[in-house]
Amino acid sequence: MKSQKIDNFNRRSFLKTSLLASGGMLIGFNLLSAFKLDAIMPVDIESLNFNDFNAFIRISEDGYITIFSPNPEIGQGVKTSMPMIIAEELDVDWSKVNVVQGALDSKNFTRQVAGGSQSIRSSWSAFRQTGATAKQMLINAAAIKWNVDASTCVAAKGIITNANGDKLGYGEVVKQAALLEVPVNIKLKEIKDFTIIGQEIVNVDIDKIITGKPLFGLDYKAVGMLHACVLRPPAFGQKLESFDDAKAKLVNGVSEVIKFGDKIAVLATSTWAAMKGKKALTATWINDSDFESTEKHNEVLTKILDGTKFDTRREDGNINEAFATADKVIERTYHSPFLPHNCLEPMNFYADVTAEKVHLVGPIQTPQWTVSRVAKLLERKEEEVFCEMTRMGGGFGRRLYGDFALEAAEISNLSKKPIKVIFSREDDMTAGTYRPSIKYRIKASIKDGKVTGYYLKEAAINGNMYGAIPNFFPAGCIPNFKVDTASHTSNITTGAWRAPYTNFLAFAEQSFFDELASELNIDTIQLRLDLLQNVKNTTDEKIEYSGQRMEDTIKLVREKANWGKVEEGVFQGFSAYYSHNTHVAEIADIVLQDGFPVIKKVTVAVDCGVVVNPSGARNQVEGGVIDGIGHAMFADFSFKEGKPDAQNFDTYRLIRMLETPKVKVHFVENNLSPTGLGEPGLPPAGGAVANAINAALGKRMYSQPFAKELEKTAALG
Amino acid sequence: MPNYILHINGKERAVTADADTPLLWVLRDQLDLVGTKFGCGIAQCGACTVHLDGIAIRSCQMQVSFLDDVKITTIEGLSEDGKHPVQEAWKEIDVPQCGYCQAGQIMTATAFLNENKNPSEEEIREAMHGNICRCASYNRIEMAVKVAAEKML
Repeated sequence: MKSQKIDNFNRRSFLKTSLLASGGMLIGFNLLSAFKLDAIMPVDIESLNFNDFNAFIRISEDGYITIFSPNPEIGQGVKTSMPMIIAEELDVDWSKVNVVQGALDSKNFTRQVAGGSQSIRSSWSAFRQTGATAKQMLINAAAIKWNVDASTCVAAKGIITNANGDKLGYGEVVKQAALLEVPVNIKLKEIKDFTIIGQEIVNVDIDKIITGKPLFGLDYKAVGMLHACVLRPPAFGQKLESFDDAKAKLVNGVSEVIKFGDKIAVLATSTWAAMKGKKALTATWINDSDFESTEKHNEVLTKILDGTKFDTRREDGNINEAFATADKVIERTYHSPFLPHNCLEPMNFYADVTAEKVHLVGPIQTPQWTVSRVAKLLERKEEEVFCEMTRMGGGFGRRLYGDFALEAAEISNLSKKPIKVIFSREDDMTAGTYRPSIKYRIKASIKDGKVTGYYLKEAAINGNMYGAIPNFFPAGCIPNFKVDTASHTSNITTGAWRAPYTNFLAFAEQSFFDELASELNIDTIQLRLDLLQNVKNTTDEKIEYSGQRMEDTIKLVREKANWGKVEEGVFQGFSAYYSHNTHVAEIADIVLQDGFPVIKKVTVAVDCGVVVNPSGARNQVEGGVIDGIGHAMFADFSFKEGKPDAQNFDTYRLIRMLETPKVKVHFVENNLSPTGLGEPGLPPAGGAVANAINAALGKRMYSQPFAKELEKTAALG
Repeated sequence: MPNYILHINGKERAVTADADTPLLWVLRDQLDLVGTKFGCGIAQCGACTVHLDGIAIRSCQMQVSFLDDVKITTIEGLSEDGKHPVQEAWKEIDVPQCGYCQAGQIMTATAFLNENKNPSEEEIREAMHGNICRCASYNRIEMAVKVAAEKML
């Protein structure tokens, strides 16, 4: 690797520079932690070393800016919004900025960092500092050239100007700038002076997407690569007893059948042959334990809620006294099914295990964790394992779990060949890492027209949702408050699903508050606003949301949706929720067609701080709301004898075009640091729809999916 | 294995494949045309949509042995420069999130707009109902089809 060790930084620097062999200036920087002091800056683009730096910026002699980031795109638009922040402070024309993902098959198979819903929030200030520091270095270089004080020079749109009106382009001073000391404590722009942040910028990968260029894991190919399809135990809790692969081996193109653990892999020269080979396998399975079923889960979760064994996650005041002295107590129970993620790109991963190294390529949100786990599985040194990330055809949490990468590594290790594992849709849906089934029981006391006590019990499968977030609304708003959780252990694999913890909880609580408002006979929005007054001056530092920001968000949606002033035949439902550092309020407008609710419009107000890219931001919220509605209305995923009932999109209903409302997104304007948008639009959506259904039909939704509840009502006549 | 000559994106391509191989896998594995995506394998999601003589079909259900007399168009062949009005509309509206389903959406929309030059909102929604977007960028897909219709007039 060509490299250069220069001492142009001090301990307070968070970036390093080098002069590229091609003449440009290269800036390497780290987002969250200081890099190693001996970290070496490369001098050619082929040697970018993402072990020591999170990303690089090249400023070429022609003034063009290239940002090299190893972070691929999962669909949340960070690959566009993050470079916008750098370009803003660097002060260059967006049209001169190019974003390149750390090249696949680069010589040094680089380590990479995962993105995630915290991406914008955690990197906002680091990106701004990087851009501003680089701009100052360019100004300093120009000042030296002109022999003037740098403070008399200004830069905008890639051009530095001095007091005499002389001008130099960034490209003309990069050679000098690259060798200057890295300045510290650089002043950032005033938010009012932003020219790129806040503009509508189109997704940087748009041309590749609309012309079908290879981008995704499924598109990745390597010389000599075989395709692998895997037969896994059809029911959770089963083990492999025996199998017969004679017919599979007769399929044209099938080269090998490999047993590993309780699974059988069919390797073939084409995907189709591997799929056919897998179908030709016959296997017998041993039942290791009692089979899981939805019926049993419902019994167990109800028993937990009826019992007394809980972990207390938060307790304020005395709920027992509140309930004992109440004018009225109401209690409701809410139920949600398991949910598969159903990323449209099925799980897949490439692995090439050789004596020298383990090379992994594919769509994954957790490359570092995958490297550690693969190293342990194959008993290899972590230094020998390299994991490259491709663009991901959806994530929703499923690609946090590297089970598919581990399978690929194991199959390649056994076959000694480069292979790519591909899940069929049926594999993807039935060998999932599901959002677990949950039940909430919420009880509230009313005294003198006020909510005095609130007690939420959660019964979940494999871990708890509310355990991680007991300090969200309504914590801090109600004097006597308690959250208890308990869990049932199942051998069905479970994990995070879009907006983990709150995706179902928000529906349960926001439906419950709507019912409380009916009991109190006050406007449901006014009830929320009244409650929020109690948290505004809280001294409890654990409270995560802001009473003021939530109030502003709610008032914005109330105004934009014409709350209470809609035409006859339109029924509205309100819901608001804070999650992933962002405050969101939604109002759903529905009409009835043949007695069935049709969602026409959802008005959304969002406080996510400064909106970096309004186009991308609205896209995230529009998608999150429709995704939330789709799953609340239609998603039904049950188990019988350890097997999911649904296997593919013919038996599992995802929302489609004709069922989608128009989503109108409004942002609360402020100058606060930006927060994430991939998830927070989703949690309030189910509650807004459920409350609108109640407004239209006088029927409360206590179970998801709502479509099933509504069919039951219709059947009862 | 038998040999076939396919007419794809204006070129003749010779392939060797089992007769029951779906066009989807011939495109992806043999011809390196990976813009056509695999989503469900049972014609439910639309990610694998291509045109046969201008008509949108699901390539996961179309056996290679049935294709000797038809002209196949994939997303890679929709335009030479990525500037088909539908592609332009997709760009103008900034439709994609993860982007995986969008080639199939564009192929469905293009075939629809070739038949219906001045579609109503309801016709657009019905035409696009068969294609799943798991990121739920549906509002923008609908808008882009409308914009594309105006561009194609």
